[in-house]
This record gives sequence, C-alpha cells and structure tokens, in this order.
Amino acid sequence: MFKFFEPNKIFSITSRAPRYVLFLFVIILSIGLMEALVLSPEDYKQSHSVRIMYVHVPAAWISLGIFSMITFLSSIGYIFKIRNFFLISKSLAPSGLVFNIIALVTGSIWGKPTWGTWWAWDARITSMLILVLFYIMYLVSWRIYENDDKAFKITSIITILGIVNVPIIKYSVDWWNTLHQPASINILSESSIHSSMLFPLLIMTAAFALFSLLIFLMKYNTELIKIKNKGLDRL
Amino acid sequence: MTNELLLMNGYGIYVWTAFAFTLLSFASLYIVTKIQYTKEKNKFIAKFGTLNSERAASAKSQSINREILSNTSSI
Repeated sequence: MFKFFEPNKIFSITSRAPRYVLFLFVIILSIGLMEALVLSPEDYKQSHSVRIMYVHVPAAWISLGIFSMITFLSSIGYIFKIRNFFLISKSLAPSGLVFNIIALVTGSIWGKPTWGTWWAWDARITSMLILVLFYIMYLVSWRIYENDDKAFKITSIITILGIVNVPIIKYSVDWWNTLHQPASINILSESSIHSSMLFPLLIMTAAFALFSLLIFLMKYNTELIKIKNKGLDRL
Repeated sequence: MTNELLLMNGYGIYVWTAFAFTLLSFASLYIVTKIQYTKEKNKFIAKFGTLNSERAASAKSQSINREILSNTSSI
C-alpha cells in the first residue's frame, strides 16, 4: 500500500498540482475575505473586533491539525521505516509554524480591544506559545542533523513530546480559569456560533487549508529535487 | 460606507492589522518557498548540463528527472 506514496510515482502529480491549488486558493480566499470583512454581522458585545476571529481561529485549527499530522506521519514513518513520510512531515512543518505564529499574533491583536492587554500568561496562550517552540525545534533539527537516521529519530521524539501539548491547548479553557473564551464550535455537541458567522469562518478555514496544501506541495517538490540533486552527484 | 468599512466603530485598526499581518505572512512564506524551489530546480538543471551523454541518458531514464527538467513543475 505504501508503494503508492513513492516519490517517483507521485511527483508527476505533486509538480502539476500547485498551480490549480493556487488558483482555487485565490478564489476561496477572495470569497472568504468578502464574507469576513463586509458581509458577516458585527457581534453584539465585541462589535467589529469579532472579525479577527476569521483569521485567528482557522490559523489555530490548522496549526494544531498540521502538528498532529506531523506526529502521526513521523511515528508511522519511524516504526515502518517509510522515508517518504518524513519528507511529507518536513514539508508540512513550515506552514504549520506560520499558522501558529499567525494565531498568536492575531490573538494578541484581538486581546487588546477585548481584554485590554496584548498578552497574558494564560493557559491557552502559553500552551500555543509552547507549540511554536516545538515547531521551531522540529525544523531546526532537520537543519542540524545531516545524518538522515538521526534526524528521523530526533524529529520523531520532538513530535511525540509536542503532541502531549495538543490536548492541553484544546482543553486548557475547560481545565483552568482563562481569559480566553471556551470553544464556540463543537463537533459532538451543539455549537454556540450563529450560522451567519459560522459560514465565513468555514470559508476562511478552507482557504487557509488550501494555502497550507499549496506550501506543502511546493516544499515537497523542493525536497524531492534536493534528493535528486544528491543523486546526480553520485552518478 | 467606505469610512465605516475602514473605521469599524474604532476597531478598524485592530481588524485591518490582523488581516494585513496574515496576508503578509502568507505572501512571505509563498515567496520564500518559491525561491527555494526555483534555486533547487536551477541547481538540478545546471548539474544535469554538466553530465556526459551516457550519464545524462542514465539520469533521464528516471521519469522524475524528466519531470523536473520539463516546465510542468513550475507554477
């Protein structure tokens, strides 16, 4: 089954896909921005500052999703010795880090008008900051260790340690008293967000997901060409 | 209408800054990734040019190398 994921077989797809993904991303993002900045209503309590949610929440969701995916792929890759899974993980990490930073910065900007402060050492915010550190450690490890086996091992350990932080981020607002509000969207129970705000939020999430896919594909292709460059040196 | 959109009841500065930061981060990441991609691709093409005909034929036998050399992988 894993043979399907062989780089030689999928490069013809991954090399062509970015242009279509970019096109789709621009369209979805334009619709999302129109909805988020113009068409969606203001909040009765937070007024227009609620619009920051449309960039803050999708960025946080995607950064958490990418880290979980990296951990899963690194673990499976390490157990079954699938080199390509590490390549996929490595290519996913840069967009995960950028989304994590976006979530922190936009959260800080949102905090000023709503809480009266740019930053608080609150459980949710601090645990998101810790996730940034794990992303940085993960990416730095790939730069430090030239030996592939060592890099596979170290990056797997970092992701396994980092994944412990993910449920802490998710449930921090329930476990501790925090400035950060509890989740408004629940998959298992009824969401407290109105559909007029949920729709733009989902559109922006789709746009952000497409952007991370675009960066992943470009990065993955770059990594494959790097490997092929090494191959030419050996010829 | 335009003023209302820009000012947003005094929250405009926060909203626009958050959106601008996000879009700027997207643009930066895209440009950096694109530069890295182009650099590696050019390096590959340059290395391929230095191969003798026998080695070039051997390298070209791999479909992935042909894909990299073709223009289809640029966006």
